[in-house]
Amino acid sequence: MPAVIANNLTKQYGKKKDIVQALKGISFEVEQGELFGIIGPDGAGKTSLFRILTTLLLPDGGSASVDGLDVVKDFKAIRHRVGYMPGRFSLYQDLTIEENLEFFATIFNTTIKENYDLIKDIYQQIEPFKDRRAGKLSGGMKQKLALSCALIHKPSVLFLDEPTTGVDAVSRKEFWEMLRSLKKQGITILVSTPYMDEASLCDRVALMQNGEILSVDSPEGVIASFKQPLVAVKNDNMLQLLNDLQQFEGAQDAYPFGEYHHVVLKNGYTGPAVADYLRQHHYEHAAVQTIKADIEDCFIALMKSEKH
Amino acid sequence: MKQFISFVKKEFHHIWRDKRTLFILLGMPIMQILIFGFALTNEVKNSQIAIFDQSNDAATQALRTELDASRYFDVVQDIHSYPEIEAAFKKGAIKLAVIFPENFANDLDHFNTAQVQLIADASDPNVANTLTNYATSIILDYQDRITNNRRLPYTIKAEMRMLYNPQLKGAYSFVPGVMAMVLMLVCTLMTAITIVREKELGTMEIMLVSPMRPFKIVAAKAVPYLLLSIVNITSILLLSVFVLDVPINGSLLLLIFEGILFTLTCLAFGLLISTKTDSQQTAMFIALTGMFLPTIMLSGFMFPIENMPLPLRVISNIVPAKWFYYIVKEVMIKGLGIGAVWKETLILTGMLLFLLVLSIRNFKIRLA
Repeated sequence: MPAVIANNLTKQYGKKKDIVQALKGISFEVEQGELFGIIGPDGAGKTSLFRILTTLLLPDGGSASVDGLDVVKDFKAIRHRVGYMPGRFSLYQDLTIEENLEFFATIFNTTIKENYDLIKDIYQQIEPFKDRRAGKLSGGMKQKLALSCALIHKPSVLFLDEPTTGVDAVSRKEFWEMLRSLKKQGITILVSTPYMDEASLCDRVALMQNGEILSVDSPEGVIASFKQPLVAVKNDNMLQLLNDLQQFEGAQDAYPFGEYHHVVLKNGYTGPAVADYLRQHHYEHAAVQTIKADIEDCFIALMKSEKH
Repeated sequence: MKQFISFVKKEFHHIWRDKRTLFILLGMPIMQILIFGFALTNEVKNSQIAIFDQSNDAATQALRTELDASRYFDVVQDIHSYPEIEAAFKKGAIKLAVIFPENFANDLDHFNTAQVQLIADASDPNVANTLTNYATSIILDYQDRITNNRRLPYTIKAEMRMLYNPQLKGAYSFVPGVMAMVLMLVCTLMTAITIVREKELGTMEIMLVSPMRPFKIVAAKAVPYLLLSIVNITSILLLSVFVLDVPINGSLLLLIFEGILFTLTCLAFGLLISTKTDSQQTAMFIALTGMFLPTIMLSGFMFPIENMPLPLRVISNIVPAKWFYYIVKEVMIKGLGIGAVWKETLILTGMLLFLLVLSIRNFKIRLA
């Protein structure tokens, strides 16, 4: 049985005049023990989805279940067994690290000792500061504490809503390593993030935009679905270069990507054609490289194709 | 139960670590009692008066001594002409001028009647009224003494006795009032704010996705404020007995029981506010306008309800503080027992249950 099932979930906010359709029929399944990512820009509906699955909001339509329990009918039972870490740091700022953890352990009818194994790797990193108040911690430490608190009752499904937003690159990397080790303990993890590069760290990812899921696949599957040729271009005047690349008849799309511009080519065009085009436009030293698409290119393509 | 205790402990941590708020919560009743007791008093003491004595005889001398000796007046100035009176009032140097005409003692002795003029500064009408009353009664006392050995035909004397508060001390009415005000402020305002704060900080979101029952969350939040209120009731009572000399004539136990009943009513109201608001500011605003103002205006503590127009008198009935104020006055000042206040106690209990049921029904088990 899948750990999480969402079936045609809809949710809207506001009244008659300005209705915002936050979720427009979301369906997906998450298997037991899977690390499932939901990737999407701000406003895609990720938080609404998480709140429905954690029984905090009622869906307007559709149904969903967590651990086989219905999110509307069996909300009490679900609240006993899931772990939830909201997007915003939501612990008690005037309690110390230890007090916060102890408090959440008691609330869930357990003790720190009982499940210490589960949080050991994470908690050990902040344990030296256990007498410090949560409000005085750095972003990365807050996030570790929040994760420890969400894990302390050994949840069967863990919901992490944008856990890496506002956290530095090193802490982000560490955080994903922690998630992978948690996965080994058999916990199903749903994690949402606006960062596309984090998608490749999940078992499967759902790409979400404007309240809809564009695709659900493994990162490899997503990349494999990208069939068109792709080149990376670099030159001195990057801004002008981007304009010119977008004018190129063989370019389906061109966008900045790190220190390069990526150009998605229409079928039949290749890297040398781009180089020729650039030479005609007096880019003598332009570096053109045919590359393999990574997951971000795939998402950009998916999101753009949805818009047009 | 362990959950509950842990939650209460957490709540105490919040209160204890916010030293400034704690200081206000515990210091406020003391400050208010002291302010009302010594600064904001409508009793008149040691008012500065001037005397324009155009007669300067035995009788006026005696009256002057009487006035000066009373604790209401201090003679600070002797005036020698009418323009000086006006000048003294304009300078604000005096509150009252006493003017004896020429031949005061002579008139009194030979014509059996003499006149004295009192001029008061009525820019504060209440004070002016009180001062002239005091002065008149001192003069009448003097007259009584000199007529003692003669029989006057047809005299009716009104003998007054002020029951329960013979000295007409203001403290007798403001101690119950301040008690109502402080409990209201601590309980209603603080409960509303602490629950809404959890919503604002997002911790409520996590609390909801936990096995903790909403009712327990709310009850756990109320416990520390109930205890804090008992501390406040105690400090108010101690101050009023030992500093303001207001005795507790009735049963202390009954008084504390009623205090707890009122505290719970306030807590329930704060709870109701918190279920309806999402920001601390709104909660504070509603608590202040919805509870604090009516407590001051319509409880009878500042303004007598009997003198209000009918609509306000009707509205005053739904202000819990009105009933509490009445109960405290009856029990503490008049020394009456539960037999005298059972009706008011029942009304408060009814209000408590009503507010409690309403707020529990309104408590959201989800975010929206």
